[in-house]
Amino acid sequence: MVKAIIPNSLNEALEHLNSQKFRIVAGGTDMLIQHHNLSTLPINYRDDVIYIASLEELQGITEDEQNIFIGSCEPLEAILENQKSPKILKETILEMASPAIRHTGTLGGNIGNASPAGDSLVTLYLLDAKLEIKSLSNTRIVNLIDFIKGVRKIDLQDNELISKIIIPKVNFTKAYFKKVGPRLSDAISKLSFTGAITIENDIIKDIRFAFGAVNITVVRIKEIEEEYVDKSISFLKTNIDSISEKYSQYIRPIDDQRSNKEYRKQVSLNLLKDFIEKL
Amino acid sequence: MAKIKFRLNGVPVTIETDANRRLLDVLREDFSQTGVKEGCGEGECGACAVLMNHEIVNSCSVPIANCINKDIVTIEGFSRTSRYKVLRDSFEEEGAVQCGFCTPGMMIAAESLLNKNAKPTDEEIKVALSGNLCRCTGYSMIIKAIQRASKDGEDLW
Repeated sequence: MVKAIIPNSLNEALEHLNSQKFRIVAGGTDMLIQHHNLSTLPINYRDDVIYIASLEELQGITEDEQNIFIGSCEPLEAILENQKSPKILKETILEMASPAIRHTGTLGGNIGNASPAGDSLVTLYLLDAKLEIKSLSNTRIVNLIDFIKGVRKIDLQDNELISKIIIPKVNFTKAYFKKVGPRLSDAISKLSFTGAITIENDIIKDIRFAFGAVNITVVRIKEIEEEYVDKSISFLKTNIDSISEKYSQYIRPIDDQRSNKEYRKQVSLNLLKDFIEKL
Repeated sequence: MAKIKFRLNGVPVTIETDANRRLLDVLREDFSQTGVKEGCGEGECGACAVLMNHEIVNSCSVPIANCINKDIVTIEGFSRTSRYKVLRDSFEEEGAVQCGFCTPGMMIAAESLLNKNAKPTDEEIKVALSGNLCRCTGYSMIIKAIQRASKDGEDLW
């Protein structure tokens, strides 16, 4: 039987993490399914487990002039109900799982899980989210885009945990999130797309696109976005096909039980076009 | 083994158990709360729904380790309240129960919603029930039942 630790404080959790390797569990909504055991037996973890969801230091949402700080174990539904949360993040969370899962599932868990189909990731990439990572002796800040290395691969040492999600404040003129799945709730994405734009006097000041579940990590290509900054909306609209072409090389989905690569690619590019056409 | 204290249907309880067990199994095996059903076992059907601090959760997806000091209410506990009686009557009136397997979860979802939003729209009810599957009724009777409870319950919520 593996060891299970339920620490009483963040410091106690970090001391445990410093002493040996643990499987970190937050809300558990993914972990319990991934390691499900036969019948009513305890969850079948291969490593010792540390439960961090109840730690007060990892809850809550605060803000300063530039950023919003979300505790890594703040439940998704609480983020949805908090007026500080960015609108596009709320729209994303509303399409994640169901109320029951959102009451226990956490944003830190969705990030740590690093699934290519992780719904929050596509929007957090779009928002240039950063993470605060803590160990017993150190606190570091890392860009989410650098933190996620591949399918379920993250830049987290055995003695570290994700403590906060840091989201820069931005006022988009328009932002939209679309998730494509077989059922509105409780579905794992076939693909997802987020687009956002800031327009001043018909000129694009900021434009961002992110695509989920179509590569090993979320696709966000800043070089393509930058080509359209300081250009007009009509320029963007007349170049829809070439933008689509540019993203095409980065959208490399797979076939699996949820969808196939042709469908994923086509619908992703359709959503990009839809976003631009409706501006 | 871990010592885990929580409140079950308003009563403080303590168990000495493997912290890696699911809340669902602890409720059914250790506390005989068999109104909590295991359907899919992966958080998609809502048959195992209970209230945690008065909000709906899927007990199949909650480790008992995360329940320390939490207030857990099962359908058995909820059935002793006047809110339950209004919901039961409404479900009966509207024909919102057929085989009954999903019904405890549906009632928990309804209570979780009405507790926060006493006068929900049909759309808000649909969101609230979005994690609960029913293979018999087609949902429209359940939505009507919750609307009726919201009206008949008046100041209960």
